[in-house]
Amino acid sequence: MTVELDALAAGRRAGFARPIARRLGELARQPILVASWLVVLVVIGWAVVPGLFTSYGPYTGDASASFLPPSAEHWFGTDRLGRDLFARSVYGAQTTLTATLLAVLIAFGVGTLVGLIAGFAGGIVDTAVMRVIDVFLAIPSLLLAMVVVSVLGYSTQNIALAVGISSIASFARVMRAQVLSVVTQDYVKAAYGLGVGRLGVMLRHVVPNSLSSVIALAALEIGTAVLAVASLGFLGYGAPPPQPEWGLLVAEGRDYVAVHPWASILPGAALAVVVIATHRISTSYRKDHRR
Amino acid sequence: MTDPHADRQDPLLRIAGLAIDYRTGRRRWTPAVRGATLHVGPGEFVSLVGESGSGKTTLVQGALGLLPESARIRAGSIAYSGVDVTGWNDRRMALVRGNYVGFIPQDPNTSLNPVKKIGRQVIEAVRFNEPEARDAAQHRQAALDSLRTAGLKDAERVFHQYPHELSGGMKQRALIAIALAGKPKIIVADEPTSALDVTVQKVILDHLVRLREELGIGILLVTHDLGVALDRSDRILVMRDGEIVEEGPVRRVLENAADDYTRRLLDAAPARHAGRLEPASGPRPLPGREVLRARGLTKTYRLRGRGPRRELRALDGVDLVVREGTTHAIVGESGAGKSTLASILAGFASPDSGTVHLGARELTGLSRRRLREIRRDLQFVFQNPFTSLDPRFTVSEIVAEPLRAFGLARGRRERTDRVTELLKAVALDERHLHRLPGQLSGGQRQRVAIARALALNPGILVLDEAVSALDVSVQAQILRLLVDLQAEYGLSYVFVTHDLGVVRLIADDVSVMKDGVVVETGPVEQVFRSPRHDYTRQLLEAIPGAGLAVAGAR
Repeated sequence: MTVELDALAAGRRAGFARPIARRLGELARQPILVASWLVVLVVIGWAVVPGLFTSYGPYTGDASASFLPPSAEHWFGTDRLGRDLFARSVYGAQTTLTATLLAVLIAFGVGTLVGLIAGFAGGIVDTAVMRVIDVFLAIPSLLLAMVVVSVLGYSTQNIALAVGISSIASFARVMRAQVLSVVTQDYVKAAYGLGVGRLGVMLRHVVPNSLSSVIALAALEIGTAVLAVASLGFLGYGAPPPQPEWGLLVAEGRDYVAVHPWASILPGAALAVVVIATHRISTSYRKDHRR
Repeated sequence: MTDPHADRQDPLLRIAGLAIDYRTGRRRWTPAVRGATLHVGPGEFVSLVGESGSGKTTLVQGALGLLPESARIRAGSIAYSGVDVTGWNDRRMALVRGNYVGFIPQDPNTSLNPVKKIGRQVIEAVRFNEPEARDAAQHRQAALDSLRTAGLKDAERVFHQYPHELSGGMKQRALIAIALAGKPKIIVADEPTSALDVTVQKVILDHLVRLREELGIGILLVTHDLGVALDRSDRILVMRDGEIVEEGPVRRVLENAADDYTRRLLDAAPARHAGRLEPASGPRPLPGREVLRARGLTKTYRLRGRGPRRELRALDGVDLVVREGTTHAIVGESGAGKSTLASILAGFASPDSGTVHLGARELTGLSRRRLREIRRDLQFVFQNPFTSLDPRFTVSEIVAEPLRAFGLARGRRERTDRVTELLKAVALDERHLHRLPGQLSGGQRQRVAIARALALNPGILVLDEAVSALDVSVQAQILRLLVDLQAEYGLSYVFVTHDLGVVRLIADDVSVMKDGVVVETGPVEQVFRSPRHDYTRQLLEAIPGAGLAVAGAR
């Protein structure tokens, strides 16, 4: 027991000091979680070095080879212009994932800050800020995102911004709730008693102890954001047509779905698998965190 | 269930070689109870004593078939009047619970359903434990009888009240009524009075003793308080690390404990010591000038609710004087206003009227910045060391925090030296520097909290129930540490506590509070020997472990 404690104490933070071998061992017992990680890693690979995963280019088409069904040569089949759909999905990962990441970062950054200020300041500041947040929450997020894109102009960056803005509210809510509960803890009161100033208490005690569940939310939010970005792309708010983008891919195949279903279904399935995988990972993180 | 009276010779409850494990990993089990054996006979009052983590609650849960999912019974047997119930499923055990064994849970404040009237909750227990159907009026009558037997004189009124309308003691009686509703042969009570004030505790325990005499039932009392166990039991069992290390009649255990651990527990009990603890280094410093003086402190809280504005007077004209190098204890039961007083003294709250002087400086009505300067001379130690330390900070960061805040000990080396020095003062060492609070025991955490409070060389420490959350043996160590530190640094303490037993060990002066008013104040010796106020007398009589004091004086 004491030996174990000493081993833990050797690392400064116990959470990171857990032996890697044991963590891997735990992971091996959850095949679905392992599969989820694999999916996410592969998709990140698609986004970073798409050339490694496919020999076709996203724009090069062969008009004689339009609407080929899935085969060993064209895994996802080809589209109307004979472009390889798998290659387009691979290259599309970059657009979609960058927008997703940006969206979550915006929502996380702004939302956390707003929640922190509201929860820590309290009183009239809290009331004012949270009423605004309530208004945001009252508007369906996709609708809000569409309005934002309409105002800013159609582009992938603006989609990211729009999706980010539309999920600021949930981050702010969670952060504020956490801050409110941390602020009442004895160790916060103790810090004041020791002569630590308000800013010091906020940065040293309140923020670190409030962040963990917001981070869990961020992980969860990635899946939702992928879906939101793709939805906006599908509706034509995002990248203009020749560009490969997951939502757009599904939209392009839509007109032929009765005759050539794979053109929509396979890119859509890829999207679904990614969303489910990120969701599975974020739940495992939350469980981990609770322990 | 077969007839429990088939064999009169069998004890009401017999547990033999019971071993219970908790699942701690996929294929890993950690033993919580290792081969415990005990029995309770008719009309017998047996106490099971142990510190936190000793497995006493697990043992009781096992006996009642209330173990959580993650636990398993590895070996041993449980028998009620000779009927072996080991391995019975929950449905069959439910017939045993209530009908045969009544259970009184630990915390009366969370164990009753807040949205149901007391009467309905008792009727529920009556109905569930009666095989033959009777009509509602009879159920009602049985429930009222049960409430009366539990010692609620005004049973009719309580019957129609909700839990929040009752005091803690009355709620515990309602729970006793529920336990008695099935007319059990034996009652198992898990720390039934730990959440209650001493005077209420005394009444409840006395009532349990009376029930045993009147109804001839057996009682198994689980408690961490040796004093409580010794005062009323026929036999006591001492549990440690899942094993029963001592068993015997009270007198025998008291006079001649067979086990080393039992002796240590007995010695750690506050009642064992007749007078104040003396520092290890030598004589105590002589009391000096006044360092802290509070005059006419008043504080009123507005209660939210319907109707005319209700107010709660938490403090009503309280005076207090602390002399240099001494300890002034503030004693009272919950709601007496002692915590409000402590937080006003420490500057966490401000009084409605009245003043606090620290030396020549006035503390009340200061700006945040001025107050911060004064903090260097007056520090606060919280009740619960599990919540007063930031779980993400290492011990060295925790202790260094006040140094940082005031820009003291700037260099890294200098700061580490100071932290190590402080840790040594509270009997910890460098090995603890990089631990997190989660890797320390309760006693070690409280030491860290004390080291942190000492970092700025304050003259005064306000200790709010600083030893109440700790086990007796740890509590004794911390008290000794406080006494030694006081002698070494000439500290003055304001020691807030509900436990009069502890007061005698550490305090020079004592103020007894009730309903926001100091009813009696004076030197400890005088207040303990000849209390002037009725309430003080009541409090003194309610201290458990009178038997211990007698045996300790030998």
